[in-house]
Amino acid sequence: MSFPLLTVTAALPAVGAIATAAVPAARRTAAKWLALLVSLATLALAVTVLVRFDPGGDRYQLTESHSWIADFGVRYELGVDGIAVALIALTALLIPFIILAGWHDADPLETGSSRWRPTQGFFALILAVEAMVIISFEATDVFLFYIFFEAMLIPLYFLIGGFGDRAHQHGEKTAATQRSYAAVKFLLYNLAGGLIMLAAVIGLYVVAGNFSLTEIAQARASGELDMATSTERWLFLGFFFAFAVKAPLFPLHTWLPNAMGESTAPVAVLITAVVDKVGTFAMLRFCLQLFPEASKWATPVVLVLAVVSIIYGALLAVGQRDIKRLIAYASISHFGFIIMGIFAMTSQGQSGATLYMVNHGISTAVLMLIAGFLISRRGSRLIADFGGVQKVAPVLAGTFLIGGLATLSLPGLAPFVSEFLVLVGTFTRYPVIGIIATLGIVLAALYTLVLYQRTMTGPVKPEVSAMPDLRVRELVVVAPLVALLIFLGVFPKPVTDIVNPAVEQTMSDVHKKDPQPEVEAAK
Amino acid sequence: MSATAVHSLWTTAATAADPIGRIDAPKIEYGQLAPTLIIIGAAVVGILVEAFVPRRARYYAQMFLSVVALIAAFAAVVALAAGGYGTTKAGIAAMGAIAVDGPALFLQGTILLVALVGLFTFAERRLDPEAHGSRVDSFAAQAAAVPGSESEQKAVKAGFTTTEVFPLLLFAVAGMLVFPAANDLLTLFVALEVLSLPLYLLCALARRKRLMSQEAAVKYFLLGAFASAFTLFGIALLYGYAGSMSYGTIAQVVDGTVPTVTPALADTMGNDALLLVGSALLVMGLLFKVGAVPFHMWTPDVYQGAPTPVTGFMAAATKVAAFGALLRILYVVLPGLRWDWRPVMWAVAIVTMLAGAIVAITQTDIKRLLAYSSIAHAGFILAGVIATTPEGISSVLFYLAAYSFVTIGAFAVVTLVRDAGGEATHLSKWAGLGRRSPLVAAVFAVFLLAFAGIPLTSGFSGKFAVFKAAAEGGAAPLVVIGVISSAIAAFFYIRVIVLMFFSEPRPEGPTVAVPSPLTMTAIGVGVAVTVVLGVAPQYFLDLAGQAGVFVR
Repeated sequence: MSFPLLTVTAALPAVGAIATAAVPAARRTAAKWLALLVSLATLALAVTVLVRFDPGGDRYQLTESHSWIADFGVRYELGVDGIAVALIALTALLIPFIILAGWHDADPLETGSSRWRPTQGFFALILAVEAMVIISFEATDVFLFYIFFEAMLIPLYFLIGGFGDRAHQHGEKTAATQRSYAAVKFLLYNLAGGLIMLAAVIGLYVVAGNFSLTEIAQARASGELDMATSTERWLFLGFFFAFAVKAPLFPLHTWLPNAMGESTAPVAVLITAVVDKVGTFAMLRFCLQLFPEASKWATPVVLVLAVVSIIYGALLAVGQRDIKRLIAYASISHFGFIIMGIFAMTSQGQSGATLYMVNHGISTAVLMLIAGFLISRRGSRLIADFGGVQKVAPVLAGTFLIGGLATLSLPGLAPFVSEFLVLVGTFTRYPVIGIIATLGIVLAALYTLVLYQRTMTGPVKPEVSAMPDLRVRELVVVAPLVALLIFLGVFPKPVTDIVNPAVEQTMSDVHKKDPQPEVEAAK
Repeated sequence: MSATAVHSLWTTAATAADPIGRIDAPKIEYGQLAPTLIIIGAAVVGILVEAFVPRRARYYAQMFLSVVALIAAFAAVVALAAGGYGTTKAGIAAMGAIAVDGPALFLQGTILLVALVGLFTFAERRLDPEAHGSRVDSFAAQAAAVPGSESEQKAVKAGFTTTEVFPLLLFAVAGMLVFPAANDLLTLFVALEVLSLPLYLLCALARRKRLMSQEAAVKYFLLGAFASAFTLFGIALLYGYAGSMSYGTIAQVVDGTVPTVTPALADTMGNDALLLVGSALLVMGLLFKVGAVPFHMWTPDVYQGAPTPVTGFMAAATKVAAFGALLRILYVVLPGLRWDWRPVMWAVAIVTMLAGAIVAITQTDIKRLLAYSSIAHAGFILAGVIATTPEGISSVLFYLAAYSFVTIGAFAVVTLVRDAGGEATHLSKWAGLGRRSPLVAAVFAVFLLAFAGIPLTSGFSGKFAVFKAAAEGGAAPLVVIGVISSAIAAFFYIRVIVLMFFSEPRPEGPTVAVPSPLTMTAIGVGVAVTVVLGVAPQYFLDLAGQAGVFVR
């Protein structure tokens, strides 16, 4: 038996989480270093996966398969395609930065008993989320995926509810109430989505008799497994609902601004840049592969919802007074693009969407983490409380600007490539949708630049006049991510090379070909 | 057969050749009945211990006796199962009174283990502060002393403890062992009473809040008596219908495969009205014990008032026994009637799931909350019962095993959180528990997550098993409703977790008592079973799957 690389990649952060949680209360710093080291080791493993993965090879590689719960037809089956590899790499890449950015976010307050160990808990929970996200990217068994898709809610719930910004404009008591509200809202939305999916998972088992993605997809393709149209549609809806909550898609998005607003910046990055990707990833892997016909059936509605997400999210972002909520609504807009790219059913659209997942992860991380540094300096999340920061903290302002420009998809930065691909891919099949979606870019320029203008330019507010610039730790977090944004903006080929073959296969699953250019068709 | 037929009931007996010679001594398969016999024997010895052993030594003597009996009985169950009962063969023992088959053995094993864990919480003596120099448990110093009276104070001062709870527990267990194994209606009824009466008593025995405890016991007794009466009336009508108490014979009459009519019952036998009314009444009595809506009214009051160890034991073990009996009635006696009972049970399951989950949201007492949660869970189990497939049986068996250990563990945790007035069961007092005692709060969170059916806990495996069986049995709408009520139920479980972890601790909040190894074992077993059945349920699913066939 070969070395179970995928299992180890997912298991390492899980073991690290347990070890971190077990560090004694007094050895806080040791716990932080342990978590950081584990996340770096996981990154090394993820890079190994990336290297060992052969884009021209089989669809699923590095596969592992063991019997698990035979009674339920459940197997422990792992395997990665190009899309999964890219997202695992993204996850493993972002976690060390998230840990580093949140270095002091969970230091215990003066009050609290000696047995209360928030720091250990914070970093252990982050690693636990990482482990579960990675294994859900790897799982090729629907049930296995479902288990971790659901289980990851628990550590996230504690991360949102248990740890908030140190300083809050409304005082600690209000902050605690809002946090707990946000955590419960997050959990109930996602749990409801997950439980609807559970009904569909059970339904899938009744129809197909097992949970293996590859087997079911094969049986569907060869016509062995015939699903009634209505059955397929119901099952599709059950799955899609859960993923749309997670992604999040309008009108199931309302938990995200609360969750991102109330949690600390690193946790907000964890949610939007890492965990939400599981939702969009699962649409590609499960919805399209298992229910191709139903996916095509649902496409018009999904596309309309995606466009609504794009425009509505952007409009709300323009109107926000709270920096973190602004970024949250911007993310909703971006998830609209990703979902639109997936359901445009063109190869440009889908590889653009996959690329978008990676780029959005990086760009949001930059923007949100710097926003977090900014907020912790001032003790307020309100845009109106800032002004003229670029004069006192030029590096902070400069990197914030790059993050903002990436968010509005400036050419030369990574998100431009993906947004362009998504729009082109959509336009070739659904021109009207494509045109409306383009408005999202205009609005993105509005909310990002206005945010920058109000916080960074203008006269220096007295409260920010003593604001220190980025510290070394913060620079270490920001600089590599900014470099990556620029690199992938100029040279996206490494990612597209990995992603494209997987996208081609997904396209063939849904029996869709790219529309031919009209000139050629006319000949 | 008209006029003479009526008399033939007496005349045939009298004219038989040699009446005395024809009365055979009943043949008793002692081996197959060993689990029950051991428990009943130990219970009887326990009463003798109460009568003859000095007060100081009783606690240890009773503990020893009960533990040995439960372990021995469990060993007997395992031996029977290893001997092939339940898988390759099945027996009907004691002249057709007791079935020894897979479901019976599986449930008996579960009940015995649950009782053993429950016994540990019964015997806990470290939680309450010492009363006048002697360690006391959760039970009243002297049950007969009027609450607040002088005699009660005397009993407390003398350091009395009610060691009778141990034999009472064993009697209840004996009834529970017979209940799901009963193979004729009279045995069923006797088992019902044997399991219920000790529970009524145990409910009244709380050391703290005695009036509430007694009120709970009276409510339980009155409503239980009604339910027993219903059951008995149903049994009578079914006898009128089928002319027999035996499950197998009734089933044959329902199927129409018994053409020979008992002369005395010629006029009533095969009368469908008797069958329908009788089985409805019988099932009603069982649904009462299960705590299904609309027969659930007693659950919250009794769960809240009873001493918490008793609540835990009752919630876990009674449910196992009652569902076992319900399964046997529906699958063995009334399979021919399933087109009649399935729609009714559908409705009951739907109402139970939804009502349990919705009403639980408004609860402010942790024990009442767990009571409504147990109602919702009864609904989930009913979804598996309705499947009417072997998978349905085994999924219910698995769910019962998973659920009972979570329940008993959760109630054991409840006993730990105390303030000056005893257990602090009001939810507001649990605020910030996670800050004060992270470990206890974390353990309780595990149990709550299992109740909520979060993956990697036993609650999820169980829920998945019953919903899968229901979906395969063609009850897809039931699965959807089950899933929706799970989402509703998740809300109030999560609310407790929020309270424990995200609320500021109250300055005058309760303390978490440090228990003796007894309660620790109970909680530890609960957590271990919860995690093992969540992560690696295959072995136990196999076990339940092998045990999924009733003998007839």
